[in-house]
This record gives sequence, C-alpha cells and structure tokens, in this order.
Amino acid sequence: MPKLLVTIRDGDEIVIDGEFGVSVMEIIREGGVDELAAICGGCCSCATCHVFVDEKFSDMLPPMSEDENDLLDGSDHRRSNSRLSCQIPFSNELDGMRIEIAPED
Amino acid sequence: MHENYEILIVGGGHGGAQAAAALRQNKFTGSIAIVSEEPDLPYERPPLSKEYLAREKEFERILLRPAKFWIEKEIVMMLSRRVVSVDPNPRRVTTENGTEIGYRALIWATGGTPRQLICSGHNLSGVHAVRTRGDVDRLMSELENVTRAVVIGGGYIGLEAAAVLTKLGKHVAVLEAAPRVLARVAGEPLSRFFEAEHRAHGVDVRLGVTVECIEERDGAACGVRLADGDIIDCEMVIVGIGITPAVAPLIAAGAAGENGVDVDEHCRTSLPDIYAIGDCAAHYNSYADGARVRLESVQNANDQATTVAKAITGTPLPYRAVPWFWSNQYDLKLQTVGISTGHDATVLRGDPATRAFSVVYLKRGKVIALDCVNTVRDYVQGRALVTNGAAPPKDRLADSSMPLKDLAAAVAD
Repeated sequence: MPKLLVTIRDGDEIVIDGEFGVSVMEIIREGGVDELAAICGGCCSCATCHVFVDEKFSDMLPPMSEDENDLLDGSDHRRSNSRLSCQIPFSNELDGMRIEIAPED
Repeated sequence: MHENYEILIVGGGHGGAQAAAALRQNKFTGSIAIVSEEPDLPYERPPLSKEYLAREKEFERILLRPAKFWIEKEIVMMLSRRVVSVDPNPRRVTTENGTEIGYRALIWATGGTPRQLICSGHNLSGVHAVRTRGDVDRLMSELENVTRAVVIGGGYIGLEAAAVLTKLGKHVAVLEAAPRVLARVAGEPLSRFFEAEHRAHGVDVRLGVTVECIEERDGAACGVRLADGDIIDCEMVIVGIGITPAVAPLIAAGAAGENGVDVDEHCRTSLPDIYAIGDCAAHYNSYADGARVRLESVQNANDQATTVAKAITGTPLPYRAVPWFWSNQYDLKLQTVGISTGHDATVLRGDPATRAFSVVYLKRGKVIALDCVNTVRDYVQGRALVTNGAAPPKDRLADSSMPLKDLAAAVAD
C-alpha cells in the first residue's frame, strides 16, 4: 500500500494509506485528519486544504494552475512549497511523500 | 430512563458535523450525539447539484468524514430520526417515534426544507427537490427516461442543476418568476451573464413567468403550465425555489425568531443553553451593515459551528467571519465574497464577453461584496476591500489591469 506521511498542526506525524485516482486532500480526509477543512470539497474555490509538500517531490507534482496560485496568494502562510492538496491527484510516484498541514488562516 | 448527552446536535449537515468535530478539536471530552433525519452520515451538500448529480463523484467521495471518524471521536450518530419537539425545562427533545433525548446544551443545525409549489400537481411523481442525497438519488433514478426537464426557480440550485442536465444531454427549460435569474442574490450584470450562458448552452430561460400548475399524465408530471396558458412538455420538474428554515420545534418551545431562529454573536438563541447555526440561524452580520440575516452557505454553517464550539468550551469568540460562497456551472467558476444585499451601486470589472470578469458591489461608496467569474485573483484580493470597507474610485475599480490589492487601502473621502 503506498503511503502519505502527514504532519499535523501539533507536530505529530501520521501515516496514511494512499489511494490512486483521488486527490491528496481526499486521502488526508479519509485518513481522519479533521483539521484539514477542505470546505469547498475540492473544487479549487477556497484555500482551506493548504499543505506544505516535501520539496523532494516538487518535480513529481502536477504544475500549479493560475487559480491555485491565486488562492494560495490569499494565505498568510504561503511558502515556496505550498500547494492545495485537492489539486494533487495521488499517484505511484508520490508514495512516501511527506506533507504538512499549513496553519489555519 | 432516557438517553442523555452533554451536547446534543440536531441536524447532520455541514453545521452539525462541524460543530461536533470542532468540539473535539477544542478538547471537549463530554458526550456528543448528532440526531439527523437523514439516513446517511454527514456529507457535502454542494455536489448534489454538481458532481454528484453528474455522476462524476460517488457518494463515498462526498462524505464529510470517513465513517470511522465518528466512532473514533466518540460522536454518537442517531440517523433517520426527526426531532419534533424541544422542552427547555427539563432539557429534552422528543423524536417522531416518541423517544426522549436529554441534553446539557443543544445545538440546532437543521438547515431548511425545500419550499414546495402550492399549485396543483406539485406532489406528482417526477417533481423533485434538490436538498438531500435522497432527493437527488430519486431524481437520478428517473433520469434515463427523461429527455426534457423543467427547472422552476433561477437561483443557484436551479441553475447548477440546469447546467448538469444540459451536459447530460437533456433539453432544459428554466422558469423564473422575477425579471432576471439570481435576482435575490446578485446584481443585474451577473444575472444577464448567466442567462446568456445558459441560453448559449441551449437552455430555454424564461423570465417573469408564473407557473399555473404541473400537468399530469398517468399520475406523473408531463409538463408545466404557465399563467399565460403556455405549456412546456417535460418528463421531469425540478423545483428550486428556496428553503424554509426548519425551526418549528424551537419556535414552539418559545425561541425568538421570525425568519429562522434569532441568535446572538455566539449563536445563542433566546432559550437557555440552546444554540442555532447555519441556514436556520438569523444573526446580526457585520458584513450586512449590521442587519439580522440568514445565510445559506457552507461557509456560514462551518464558521458558526466553530463559534458554538468555542462558546461551549469556554473560549468564546464572536462570529465575525467574512461570508464567501461559490457556484460552478459549465466551465464557469463563480466566487463571491461579502454580502451584496443592500448595495446602491455596482461596478463591472472586465468584459463579460471574455467570460472572466467581476461585479463589485458598493454601498455608500464602500465595497461590500464581489462576484467573481473565472477571476480567482479578484476574489482573493477583493476580500481585503470588503473587510477594510475600502472606498476606491469607481473608475479604478473598473480597470481590470489595476490589481485589487492596490486598492485595498483606499478610504472614503
């Protein structure tokens, strides 16, 4: 089973089983991490599924759309490795990827 | 002997689910139960008129939390049970089948029930609402035999359903009683844009029309008759004419409220230890010029749920969240920030013909809301204009080459 390693806001790391064909946001939610609000349900209309992604995996992620980039600009916590987790489909290459839930805006 | 919970939440939608989750996030360790009249675990409602209806997402993918979450967090789910009365003394609710459930604090998160037509034929087979999974499953189970559908009501739900049905190859008519679609929630430029978009996709949009009745054949809907005598043939009718807040038991128990139930800035009703959140909660909103309003949105349900959780766990924080909203139709992404009700001017920013533009709403010169179509940047940057009450000159607002963030600090003269 491919894995995602998720660091939650209190610093703990949780290992979650990945699932192909769904987004990283859905995997985190399915994994029971309730602090990822993902209010719009994954349609790239808010920025409440904001995560920081292990830079080692940056090249394997799909490119960021203009919409995602603009939404992330609205966050006070944006970093160079910020992404909206709903915009990352989970794939084989992302097995073992470390991500961190961004602070709440 | 009856069941008793420290926190009893009535309603298992976005608000109820988030209230329970937020209580646990705020380290509340007492007992929590959610009573819901629906048979399903809490799920996202917005996809019901979008991806779920289009069969792009299965039900499991729109669950707000996995089933195991509720067990792990020790949140008791009492499904398919409808609360019919509330007795604030002793603190107890009664369900339809006569079960009594006690509480220390009650969170009322029932949302609303779809308003029904009152004309003849309103309850015929083939007439549907879009509010619950059950509604949409019934609708979807009939779709195969539908070639023509009539949507009554040109609000967001109706327009989203019309967009999906059109994509599924159905012939769709949208009937709106007002002179424009989205009349209750948006300014005229946005209404005209969406009317044109739907027409360009082949939707028969009729404005200023009154429905006389639903025509029947063999016990099922076969058309919609208008007041002018015109009949639009169809095999399905979708009614999207708003909701009625589901607050009757609370009002009967003595809670104040005329349109929904009145709450204060901590979502407290006038009854002791009874809170109300979401679509049914009439609250004073600082983004509505201090008016008492009900907001029917996921944002409001979610943020009020957090407000209640903080009040109950002894870290009260008044409800001051910025209202936001979204709607997806065809390839159009609409995002709204603020509340446009009561605006006295609009500024069009960008050209609707390019299918990327914003409508800026002003009141006494100050920006109170924006509707942004395919312009996420305006939506993100426009938020500061709304929160600051910025008052930029209209010609600069209209200039889409000028980033809104450069106007956020503009103050009234």
